[in-house]
Amino acid sequence: MAIDWQAFWLTLQLAITVSAILLVLGLPIAWWIAFSRWRWKFLIEAVVALPIVLPPTVLGFYVLVALGPRSPLGRWWIALTGHTLAFTFSGLVIGSILYSLPFAVQPFAASFASVDHKLIAASATLGASPLRTFFRVVAPLSVAGLITGTALSFAHTMGEFGVVLMVGGNIPGVTRTVSIDIFDRVQASDYVAANQTALLLLAFCFAVLAVVYSVNRKAWIVRPIK
Amino acid sequence: MSAAPTDEPAAIAVSSSASAQNKNAGPLLEVRIRKGIAGQNQEFVLEAEFRATPGFTILFGPSGAGKTTVLDCVAGLAKPDSGRIAIGDRVLFDTKLGIDLPVSKRHVGYVFQSLALFPHLSVERNVQYGVTHLPQSERAARAAAILQAFHISHLAQRYPREISGGESQRAALARTLVTDPAALLLDEPLAALDSPTKSKIIDDLRQWNQEHRIPILYVTHSREEVFALGECVIVFDGGRIVAQGTPHDVIEAPRQETVAQLVGFENIFDAVVESVHPERGTMTCRIAGEGGPVVLETPLVRGGVGSALRVGIRAGDILLATAPPVGLSARNVIPGRIASLEQRDVIVCARVKYRVEMEVHLTLAARDSLQLVPGREVWLVIKTHSCHLMSIGIKKETTSAFPQAGQSSHPLK
Repeated sequence: MAIDWQAFWLTLQLAITVSAILLVLGLPIAWWIAFSRWRWKFLIEAVVALPIVLPPTVLGFYVLVALGPRSPLGRWWIALTGHTLAFTFSGLVIGSILYSLPFAVQPFAASFASVDHKLIAASATLGASPLRTFFRVVAPLSVAGLITGTALSFAHTMGEFGVVLMVGGNIPGVTRTVSIDIFDRVQASDYVAANQTALLLLAFCFAVLAVVYSVNRKAWIVRPIK
Repeated sequence: MSAAPTDEPAAIAVSSSASAQNKNAGPLLEVRIRKGIAGQNQEFVLEAEFRATPGFTILFGPSGAGKTTVLDCVAGLAKPDSGRIAIGDRVLFDTKLGIDLPVSKRHVGYVFQSLALFPHLSVERNVQYGVTHLPQSERAARAAAILQAFHISHLAQRYPREISGGESQRAALARTLVTDPAALLLDEPLAALDSPTKSKIIDDLRQWNQEHRIPILYVTHSREEVFALGECVIVFDGGRIVAQGTPHDVIEAPRQETVAQLVGFENIFDAVVESVHPERGTMTCRIAGEGGPVVLETPLVRGGVGSALRVGIRAGDILLATAPPVGLSARNVIPGRIASLEQRDVIVCARVKYRVEMEVHLTLAARDSLQLVPGREVWLVIKTHSCHLMSIGIKKETTSAFPQAGQSSHPLK
């Protein structure tokens, strides 16, 4: 039995899409969490952190309901595209974004918050707008956190199972990811193939994280970013 | 400097409305703020009202007195509960008018104690940070000029972690001044530097200020810096202005007890005026002590016989003799006995007891040549004018619209 490369490439595609979107989406959320003084901020922080503790099936279930034809979002999508979001790659991306959100946002927010506030104040007194301060001062000094958050959301999406199964089902080439493939093989008592695929995923995730952390180790040392 | 200051019209507008500012032509910084502050131990209210003319205005006082908060309010980093802040005719903050300009629109330069140089940018890029709206060529020219004015052109390509404390200080000043701010705020910027480095930077800053007449608020708790820079000093304590005037007025002859403690009167006594001698310009004050009073001749100040006041005497101003001195101009000779001797760095701190206890500072050589030991009988010699008289308690400044330097009410009324 050979490795299901289709599932592997699909998973890779999903992880890249999700971590890229989270990099863009996570920045403003993390900025807000790091610098807002709103008294109820902790509630938002708790919501963002929920996917860490929630069973993936619970999250997947609600995402499935939200994407289905009975919800406003689902109906809107059907009116727009003619088909439902559930059991599609797009649906999978939405579910995965929610599932991996804290893995991106928390490292981002932590690194933003650790930037010396005096640098931010200095930037403002020099006439820089908050947006300019973010791109010229906060982001360059948070590179390590940005890399960590993106890497974690990538790796987390690579290995997700429950949300994918609930939202995407098991459609080869559309929603069947590596982890679901492994589950299938075990169900079919094909332990050899399951082992091969599992090893591949293990080695790949390890390699990605090792590369990222080795780059990051250099970024932690304060050095000029050119 | 290739860049000409752009605040001339404002300067004219202000100096025509404010009288006698000709020699300081440039905008006035007006501050009138009130802000509740949650301190570590207790809450207090910061209330400050002053005008800063172009040149240096020193904000002096113990830590936690509210000096830095004043700077933060002017810069817009902190928001007063009420009040008004204006530079010339440009209003930065006014609760009545509902004006609160964001930090980035105030054009107020601020150099923090920590300097806050951007660690990921070279000195040159740091300096150009505030002028990136200008065309590349002008930006480079202005940065080059200011780097030269502060003698750090050779460091342009270095990063903040690669330069010394004094150089960082110069870079931080250059980064702020290149933007041509309408006012400059300095929060103990030289605290960490050695004196020669400090005085060179002060010279360069003064030089710059000669050409760019803007108000500079300079926070410090160093007496030396007050004298080196001060045209006007404002003394803060517990969130209030307790004195203001020239450094000489405020620090050499402090009329408030807080000021006296700040500037180092080791000996402060409660006293009562026993007699006044207007013809000699002196008066006699009685300090209550164990077993009887100590009588001191002091300079004459307003205040009748029987009025209560405080006498401050610096430990370094008291002479010590091992035999009854004769033929002296000093009017106060008090016998006593050395209670203790303690060496602090290069000075010896002697406590001498006679009805009251006085602290006297001596050199090591003086201690050795006089063979001073605890228990030894000595005579204290104090000049009349070494006795500084103060009112009792912190008298709230009666805030007539903007109290000007040297105008504070006489404390001994």
